[in-house]
Amino acid sequence: MEPINWHTFFFLLFSLVACAFAVAVLISTNIVRMAFYLTLSLGATSGLFFLAGADFVGAMQLLIYVGGTLVLLIFGVMLTAQGPFISMKTAGGEWVLATIVGGALLALLLQTAFSVNDWHGPAAATPSHFGAREASSDPLTQPFTPATETASVRTASVTRGAKPAGEPSPWSEEAPRTATRLGMGLLGARVDLLEQHDDTLRHGMSGYLLPFEIVSVHLLVVLVGAAYLARAKRRARN
Amino acid sequence: MNLLSQPVGLSHYLVVGAVLFVAGVACMATKRNALGVLLGIELVLNGANVNFVAFSSSWLRSDSQFAMGLEGHLVALFVIVLAAAEAAVALAITLNFYNNHATIDVDRADELQG
Repeated sequence: MEPINWHTFFFLLFSLVACAFAVAVLISTNIVRMAFYLTLSLGATSGLFFLAGADFVGAMQLLIYVGGTLVLLIFGVMLTAQGPFISMKTAGGEWVLATIVGGALLALLLQTAFSVNDWHGPAAATPSHFGAREASSDPLTQPFTPATETASVRTASVTRGAKPAGEPSPWSEEAPRTATRLGMGLLGARVDLLEQHDDTLRHGMSGYLLPFEIVSVHLLVVLVGAAYLARAKRRARN
Repeated sequence: MNLLSQPVGLSHYLVVGAVLFVAGVACMATKRNALGVLLGIELVLNGANVNFVAFSSSWLRSDSQFAMGLEGHLVALFVIVLAAAEAAVALAITLNFYNNHATIDVDRADELQG
């Protein structure tokens, strides 16, 4: 009896919940139930993000997407779910067309997903760029473990980064810490790529300050636009 | 038990992303409720996000030099922010339509039909 790979177990759990509730959103006709199923599906997607090592993106998914965007959509559902609008059925012919197109697209995507051999299993060896970060002397790019507080950071990082060659267990690495790197990247400093030796790749190492500013202005414009669209209009008195 | 002891690779994440995407596209195409169409849009964007996060995971990619690394996480964050902004505007438009026409059925939105 082989030991259970718990990463696989949780991946299957979250992915089945996400896919099942996404299909439930598609199949259901009750708008209130559709909104709730979508909430569950996106919550499970956040679990998938955590399993893939994206701790900050997973937390933001729960905070912004589930806790903000979906609550906004549920407000919209509550404002418009009156009587005949709660359950609206689609004609049968449209379902046939949607099944054909959706099925073809799904088949194409599945075939593409399994077409590259490199993508079938986990990373074959310990990823060297991750190991290179651990062997660096920069305290910003090292995973933090409380046990090394007494020793100096440099010596601990060198001994930790020296993994035996050929040990195929990427799951034994420390927890990912992407929040600081993301924050510095948004300000324009790519602290995750400090040991980039290739000059060609070094030229492409740009920060994300401009997209950050563009998105900020975009949010302001959207806020003003949505407030204008949702203003209380004066009713004509006759 | 054999299924649970196999490690999960990048392809499995892409399958999840594909299922979410296709469910969202079919939702956008078949729902008569305008809010149902919005829920489909959210599903599509989340399918794309799953793809981005999976490709940027250092645990799933073996070619280290060209792993997407932080770029995938940043793009996923921008997608989340833009999805929130677009949901707000789309909801404002939908509520305006509902207030003016007393219906939220997209099949009844045919006044501009030529």
